[in-house]
This record gives sequence, C-alpha cells and structure tokens, in this order.
Amino acid sequence: MSDAESLLRRGVRVVRVALTNAPKQFTFGGLGAALYAGMTILASVVLGWVTDEVIIPSFAAGDYEWGSLWLAAGAIVGVAVLKGAGVVGRRLGAYAAQYGLQAKFRRRVTRKYLELPIEWHRRHSTGELMSNANADIESAFFIAAPLPMSLAATTMLVITAILLIVTDPVLAAIGFTVGPAIGFVNWYFSRRMRHAATLAQQARADVSEVAHESFDAAIVVKTMGREAAETTRFRGESEDLRDKMIEFARLRARFDPLMEALPNTAILLVLLGGAWRVQGGFLTAGEVVQFAYLFRLVALPMRVFGWLLGEMPRAIVGHERVESVLAASGGMAYGSASGAGSGGASASLEGVGYRHPATRREGLVGTPRPSADGEPDRDTTRGIEAVDLEVEPGRTVAVVGPTGAGKSTISSLMVRLFDPDTGRITFDGRELHDLDRDELARHVTIVFQEPFIFDDTVRDNITLGEDFTDEEIREAARLAAADGFVSALSEGYDTRVGERGASLSGGQRQRIALARALIRKPRLLVLDDATSSVDPAVEAEILANLRSTDMPSTVIIVAYRRGSIALADEVVFVQEGTVKARGSHDELLVSTPAYENLVTAYEADREQPTSDAMP
Amino acid sequence: MRSANRPMPEDHGDREGAWETIVRGLRLNPELRVGLAGTLALALVATAGRAIVPIAVQQTIDSGLGGAEGGVDLGAILRFVLGAFVAVVITAIASGAMNERLATVVETALSNLRVRAFRHIHDLSMLHQATHQRGQLVARVTTDIDEISRFMSWGGINLITSAGQLTVAAVVMFVYSWQLTLVVLASFVPFAMAARWFQTRLTRTYTIVRQRVGALLAVLAETVVGAPVVRAYGIEERTQRRLDERIEAHRKAAVHAGTLSSSFSGTGEVFAAIGTALAVISGVLLGVDGQVTEGTVVAFLFLITLFVEPVQMATEVINEGQTAVAGWRRVLDILDIPPDVADPEDGREIPPGPIGIRFREVGFRYPRPGESAAESSGPKVLHDIEVDIEPKTRVAIVGETGSGKTTFAKLLTRLMDPTEGAVEVNGVPLDEVAFSSLRDRIVMVPQEGMLFEGTILDNVAMGLTEDLDTFDDRGELLEPVELAFLELGLADWLDELPDHLETEVGARGTALSAGERQLVALARAYVANPDLLVLDEATSAVDPATEVRLQRALVGLTRGRTTVSIAHRLSTAESAELVLVFDEGRIVERGVHEDLVERGGVYSRLHESWRTGQAAA
Repeated sequence: MSDAESLLRRGVRVVRVALTNAPKQFTFGGLGAALYAGMTILASVVLGWVTDEVIIPSFAAGDYEWGSLWLAAGAIVGVAVLKGAGVVGRRLGAYAAQYGLQAKFRRRVTRKYLELPIEWHRRHSTGELMSNANADIESAFFIAAPLPMSLAATTMLVITAILLIVTDPVLAAIGFTVGPAIGFVNWYFSRRMRHAATLAQQARADVSEVAHESFDAAIVVKTMGREAAETTRFRGESEDLRDKMIEFARLRARFDPLMEALPNTAILLVLLGGAWRVQGGFLTAGEVVQFAYLFRLVALPMRVFGWLLGEMPRAIVGHERVESVLAASGGMAYGSASGAGSGGASASLEGVGYRHPATRREGLVGTPRPSADGEPDRDTTRGIEAVDLEVEPGRTVAVVGPTGAGKSTISSLMVRLFDPDTGRITFDGRELHDLDRDELARHVTIVFQEPFIFDDTVRDNITLGEDFTDEEIREAARLAAADGFVSALSEGYDTRVGERGASLSGGQRQRIALARALIRKPRLLVLDDATSSVDPAVEAEILANLRSTDMPSTVIIVAYRRGSIALADEVVFVQEGTVKARGSHDELLVSTPAYENLVTAYEADREQPTSDAMP
Repeated sequence: MRSANRPMPEDHGDREGAWETIVRGLRLNPELRVGLAGTLALALVATAGRAIVPIAVQQTIDSGLGGAEGGVDLGAILRFVLGAFVAVVITAIASGAMNERLATVVETALSNLRVRAFRHIHDLSMLHQATHQRGQLVARVTTDIDEISRFMSWGGINLITSAGQLTVAAVVMFVYSWQLTLVVLASFVPFAMAARWFQTRLTRTYTIVRQRVGALLAVLAETVVGAPVVRAYGIEERTQRRLDERIEAHRKAAVHAGTLSSSFSGTGEVFAAIGTALAVISGVLLGVDGQVTEGTVVAFLFLITLFVEPVQMATEVINEGQTAVAGWRRVLDILDIPPDVADPEDGREIPPGPIGIRFREVGFRYPRPGESAAESSGPKVLHDIEVDIEPKTRVAIVGETGSGKTTFAKLLTRLMDPTEGAVEVNGVPLDEVAFSSLRDRIVMVPQEGMLFEGTILDNVAMGLTEDLDTFDDRGELLEPVELAFLELGLADWLDELPDHLETEVGARGTALSAGERQLVALARAYVANPDLLVLDEATSAVDPATEVRLQRALVGLTRGRTTVSIAHRLSTAESAELVLVFDEGRIVERGVHEDLVERGGVYSRLHESWRTGQAAA
C-alpha cells in the first residue's frame, strides 16, 4: 500500500530535518552511542577472557594469583567506565538534540505566528495554535531520543550483516528473513494504532470540552442541583475515552511482544539452519557459535528500531503540523511612510468591501487547502460592501448599528488588522498600507471590546515595555478613569494582575486597555465597543475626558449606549454591511426610523417595568 | 471578582516524594490493585522467559554443537530449538496478556478517578471554585489524568516487569550461592545511596522544568490569544523577546535535567561492573576454598546483569515519571479538600408558600490560602448583616464593585456558608434544608447565560427535571417550554430562530449572542418555577433589540415571586419594593428609591452618577 511507502518517506524526512537542525548534538550523541556499542561488545569479550583465563585456571589449579584477579576486576570496571561514558554521551547528545530542536522550532513557529496576518489567526483556534507550538513540536522531536542509538545500531547492523554474509550467505539469508517480517508487522500495526490513537485523541477532546463547559457553568449546576446529571454526562465521555484507550493498548499489547519475539525467533532459526549447514560441511561449529553471538548483538538494534518505528507515526503527524504553519504564507507588506503630524489625523474609507473568510476555523493539516491564489474562500454573507466614510481631523465619530452590521470589520480595517478586498483606506491623506509598520502602530490605535491583559504589572500593561514617565502613566490612567481603582490596589501600579488580568473586573480590564491606548496619544483612536463593561456613569466620565483634554486624536467609537453616542460629533449608521445614513444623532433620529428604533429601544423599555410589559 | 486574585492554595505537593504520592494514589484507587496478583504472575513468566531464551541458546551451542566431539547432534538441536521457541511464544503471550490486563485496569481506574474528581469539584463550594482558576480545575480531570495514563502505559509495565525480573534474579542467585548473593547485594549499597542523591536532585530539577514549561505556555497563550493587540500596538519584537527568553530558559532547565539523568545511567553501569568484579574475586576466593563451583561463578556473571537492569529501569521510570506523579498529586490534593457546603443529613423541606428570608448577624470572611472554610481568617467582606425580607418582595441590591453584593447572593443561595450568624428561609436555617428542596425552591440566574451544548429545549428543560433521559417523549417537555417563552414575551424571538426550540446552542451556548444566552437562562429559571429568584444582572451592553426582550422577560419572570436582584442598572432599584445598599461589606442604607434619594447618602450619590451617564443622551 502506498500509505506505508509514503509513511516511510515521510519518516525519513522527519529524521533528516532532525539531523540537519542539530548536527553537533547528534554527532556527540552518535559518538557516545558508538562508544557504548563498542564497549558492550568489548565487555562480553572481557567477560569471556576473565572466564577462560582467570576463573577456569584458578579452579583447575585450586589456587589463585592476586595479580590476575586485580587485572580481571580492573578490566571489567575499566570497560564499564568507558561504557558508562558512552551512555552519558549518547543520552546527553540525545537530550541536547531533543530540547535544542524543540527550542529552535518553537522560536520559528512563534516568529511565524507574529508575522502571519490576523486573518490567519482568526481561522485557527487558540487551542490548535497552542498545541502546535507545544505538543506538536514535542511529539515531532521525541524521535531525537532513540536516534543516536539507532545511528550506532545501524552501524552495528551493517558491520554484522557484512560479517554474516561473508561467513555464510545462505545462513545470513535465513537469519535476515526476520527483516521483512518486522517490516510487515510494523506496517500492519502502525496503521491500526494510528487510527486507534486518533480516535482516543478525539475522545480526549470531548472529555475536555464537557469539563470546560460544566465547570464554567458551575453556578448553574449548583443552583439547579444538576451535579448528578452532569456527572452522568461526564462519565459517558470518560468511559468512551477509557474504551478507546484500552483498544489502543490492546493493539500495543500485540505489537510490542511480537517485535521482541521476532529477533529471538531469528536467532533460533540461525541455530537450526547453522546445524544443518555444519552437517552439510559448509560451516564449522565454531563459526555457527560466532554467528549466533553476532546475531544476538543484532537483536538489540532491531529492538531500538522497533521503538523508533513506534514513535514515528506521532512524530510525522507532529512534524507535518509544524511544517504547515512554517509554510503558511501571508504577512503584510508595509510601506515606509511616516504617520507623524500634529493633532488628529483625517481618515477615510472609499468604496471599501471586505468579506470574512468562509470557514472561521480550519485544521492545520487535512482540511481543504486554500484555493490556488493562496486565499481561503470568502463568506458571502458576512462583511461590508462599498463603505464610504470620511472623518475630518479631530472629530469624534460614532459607528452605530445592529449586531453583525459590520461595525467591528470597519474598526479592524481602519487600523489595518487586515486589508480590504476592494477600495481604499487612507490615513492623513496617505494610503494606510504605505505606512511603515512602527509608524502605523504609533499613530493608529484600537481598543477592543474584549480587553487583552498580559500577566504583568498594571504599569507594564499600560506601557507595553515602552518608556513612559510615571506622570504620563497616571495621566493616561486618569483619562481612562482607571487611576482611582489602580491606586487602591495593594501595590498600586506595580500590582501584578494575574493571567489575563484575572484579578480585575471586566470594566477594570477595559479601562486599563483604554489607558494603554491613550498613553500613546494616537492620531487616530478606534474604540470598538471598548467600554461596554464599564458602568454607564464611568463611561460618560471617560468620554468627557477624551473630549475635554488635549487629546490630539480623531476618535471612532463603536457603541450601543446612548450616552456614548451622544458625545460624538457625527453618527454613522451601519446596517447589513453598508452605511445607511450619517449625520448628527438628532438628525438621524428624525431621518432614519431604523436608527431611531435601535437607539431608543433601551430608553423605551425603561418606562415599562412598572406597567404591564406583555405585548 | 475580588476573590479571584487570592493566591493559590500552596502546592504542598513537591515536598512529597514520588513514592509517597504513588502509595497515596494506590490507596485511593483500590481498583488499580484488581487482579494485580495475576498480572504479577504474568510478569514473572514474561521476565523468566526473557532470561530463558539466551540460556537456551547457550545450552544448544554447548550440547548440540560443541558438546559432542566432531559430530552435530541435529536431533538434540531440534529439540532445544523447539523448546526455546515454545518459551519465546509463551513469553510473548504472557507479556502481551500482562500489558493488556494492566492497561484495562489502569484505564478503568483512571476513568473512575476522573469521574470522581469531576463530581468532587462540583461538590466543592464556590469558594474553592473561585480560588482555583477554572482552567486549572479542568486540567485536574483532563491533562493531569492523561499524564498518569501515559506514564502508566509504559512506566507501569516497566515497574512491574522490573519487579518481576528483580525477584527472579534474586531468587535464582540465592539458589546458586547465598554467599555471592550477599556480596552482590553489599556492592549495591553505595549505588542505592547514589540513587538517592540523584533522586533528590532530579525531583528538584524536574520541578523547575515544569515551572518553566508553565511560564512558556503562559507567554505563548498571550501571543496567540492577544494576537490582535500585539499587531495593533506593534509589539512583535517585545513579544518575541519574551518568548525567546522563556523558550531558552525551558531548554536550559530540560538539558540540565537530562544531564543529571544521563549521569545517573552512566553511574549505574559502573556500579554494576563493580558488583561483577567483586563477584569474580570472591567467587574465585570461595571456589578455591571449595564453597562454590566454577559453573556458579560463570552463571553469576550473567545473573548480575539481570539484577542490575531492573534497578536502573525502576529508577529511570520514576525520574521520567515526575510529571505524571506531580499531576497525580494535584488530583489527589483536590480530592483531599473536604466539601465544605454539604447536603445535610435528614435535611428539612422549606415550608411551602412564598419564601421569606432572614439574615441574622451574618458575617463572612474568605479563607486564606491553605485554610478550610471553617478556619477562614481572611479579611472580613461582610459585617453584621441583619435583614428581614417578606415573602413576594422585589428586592434590589445596590453597591459598588467589591461592596459585598455578590457574596450576599452566594450566601442566600447557599453557594457558600456564612462564617458567622445564620441565614433562614421561612424560619428554617438554610444549612438544615435538604439540597433537593433548596434547589427546587430557590433558583439563581447568573450574569452570564451559561448554557450547555444541546438544543434550546434541552437547556430550558433542565429547569423542569433533573434527568432528561427519564422523559420518553420529548413532546412532553415541548409544551411547558413553549409556554414559558410565550409567557415571557419571547415567542417572536423563538420564531426567528432556524430550528425553533430545537436550535443547537453550540458548546457553552456560543452559537447564540450573550444577550440571547441570557434569554434562554431566564426561560430556564421560569420553568423551574422557584419561590425565590436570585438575579445577577448582566453588566455588558447588549444589542438594544435584545435588551428590550430581556427587560420584558424579567418582568414576566419576577412577577409574584420573592426576587433578589443584584442591580447593576439602577432602573431596577427605582422600581424595587426594597433597596439594600451595600458599602464595604455592610448594609448602609435600606428603603425604597424615593426615600433613599431624599436621604442624600450613598444611594443618592450612586444614583446621581448613574443618571448622569444615562442623561448624557
């Protein structure tokens, strides 16, 4: 089957990649393994010599010489010291190679992550990208561990094979029938084991999903008394995983003993065949003994190969997943223009259209490849179309519209998280993609609805490692209405906020993210529903701060709350991916019924609770 | 949220040795010992078989080929080879059967452990669930146990075969010569000491490796999840630098651990040789004295190898198994936490009818790390709460973040128990109420919708019954659920959905928007028909159209019940029959909206600033 063939070829490729990327470590490990192999042979020679020359004569003579006893002991220990050195060298080389390769590919993969466009990130789930840089790289280079030994084993195998063939080609042929047998057993089992492992992996993901969901909803589970029902549901998934694991173990329980029994059977065959050859006068008894001894030495490399082959399917899958990330193309081209200037910048969208990639998630391997031009298929229902929007310098513009209207798409395009399919986006009169990367980041800033907080201090979360004075930091925090609660934290601005800012509330996280944007004094600031979790009163304070101080920014604000909308100089009403109307809040209330319905919904409702709300 | 930044309970783990953990785990999972005798017997056969093959080869050569001068005894060789082949086959079958038995036992036991840990985590109070971050709780029932499984699948087998081989070798050695056996054993004393020395260092080093992996994963997660921020703020270089640092730190620690482990293997070789050398010397000395035969000494040279191998293997298994052992330890530690809020024995029913609530001098403090709920000595977050709520009252709880509102709600639903005082419902102390009655009559709607994978019907029907499977006919559920949506004024929303009640909500309800999840959660509470409803209002702004529906549904849901709402928008307080104002863990004001505004205290300030935010429009 071609599967087995290509599996072998793919396996060889993984080995080649490993060897070429850690040549020093593998040379060291290989030499260690060679020393080990040589000393293993020498050790049995020494033992034979001690038996023949020291033990037997002493027993025969009924007397002993201290000299030869010490010599024997010294020889045994001396060889063992060298053998031990070989073991250390072999394993150290393997470890250095394994972890060196891991580190090298982690650096490569993460560099690629940082380089690939946001669109690519959005097509892959967090879990997938995490495991790619972690588990996949690990499983790809597990093969580094048995590799030095395999190298030494290959050498031993070749030398032994030559010796055997020279001694007696017929007997060698009998002995080496075991080769194809091992190949067949490996081919037969590795496919089945790979399949079983995939099923188990899937079951494992299901267990994890149920646990996540259930613990996330712990409050519901408790208050609805669903502990038993949830446990039953979880047990179902857990027992499914158990069965899949047992199935895999059952295959392994057949494979491993077979791989051990085959070389042993070969030795017995050689003995039998050898006796027959001796009787036929082709060989002497001594030669058969030597033959059997050599064959026992070969049995060891064969076991190492069994191990290497056993690791191979996992390594291939891991390596290919890593490769596919490294091969992913994309990344944005940046121009060299500066974005500097005084005060807020103008910004515009001219006939801009953008469709989101059709599949939000794709696997790294085994999913349909993007079409020939390297672009994934586009979703024809989600995105924006022919959007025109001009924002004059220093103005505050609110983008309003129902869920899914394209507000976040517009926000992301304005800061060039991705490029439009059609149309032009400008900043201060220049096309956005002509801007230098650092210039773009410095002058154009976005704050997301879902604030991302790093596991660091508040200070570092605001500065992101750039040099700002304490006054600047406090000022930015004050504008974002964060100074108050930050100062009340146990260590103020030096308080560590935990993974994803776990110790802060949603509104507090949003305010820190806002301060992070404000401290940069961007010329264009995009707030994508960035204050949704902040108290309305605090939100009003923040927006007032933005307008009253010397913030030199043009501000685009996506919001639901009336209070935020009302602070804008102008409102752009977006619906179904296009701009439906624009004007001041009051104008739109009159001119556009859909807008009126949307923004007054909450207002209208506030009068209802006391009356009967039934339709 | 404030409870989330409390430090993790100390990982008393790493001070416990690997063996102690394994022993503790075996004690807790007696299933692991099921059929152990049989498995060990198979292991003995398998290891004995492994030794028999080389011996048989030796014998064949000696007696069949070399033994008879000049001629080859083909018949004898055939007999030996056949005999050896039978041994090979038996060995393979025995070791296969052993592997399979072991895997079955281990996977069954681990599955049970998984389920037990899952249930136990659900039985722990919110106190612990908040202390341990969610992701970590998930890890307890997933990756931690996966690690044990992976470890057992090779380490377990190797430990058992090693034990078998050690036993076989020791017994055979004693049979051959007790004197030489003592010599060999004595020569292993320094090796055992070296093993201990290495073991201590390896445990420490592997702990560092694990910590570095954790640190690496944390930055990696930031890079992946925070990709848009990294891009928008142009901090690629800084991010890469952080990644590179952690990648390199992990590599260094791992290689250091590898160096120690390799040195240990090398040391093992040398000690084995010393044992062999001593056996040769003492064998010859004893032999000349007539105490042992030549054959015994030669056999010993071979037996020593059989004896050394398992010792080395067992130590290596334990070294390599550090990660798994640490995971096991974490699972066991979770199981060791006693559930602090338990279903009382002979619990009482809440007397029928609308529910009245009484808090009597209730105080609450969070436990410090390592403390049980009973010994809590953390800062007090609720002081002297004394309140009486008449049946059917609509109550609004108002206060700033961290003022004690949420803690109050958690005590009211017995998600936690107070550290001082008592909570009573209809005159019955809450901790004497049977869970079945408690969960039946008191329902809480959390801030986030919190749905489960399945259809809308499945999610709402949870409020009706404990076990959906007992309903043969889903149609039976359809009617009350549809009615609920109708009565909450959500029928039009339901009609917009592609599959109506059978619309799939996706894992954790992610196919719906946040507001829509909330709608389903309200319907779920409605069909449960509780006498006391505790609502935690959502804080996030949602699409205005959904907002209208939410408000409409809330009116329908709260009508005619005792309702306690944690009010984030003060419109709720405006229409409440009783407002409780929390400040720094105390109820500082109570009354109706108008009176409280007039009083000019905390409430009027909160209300004023909220109104400014609204009125800006």
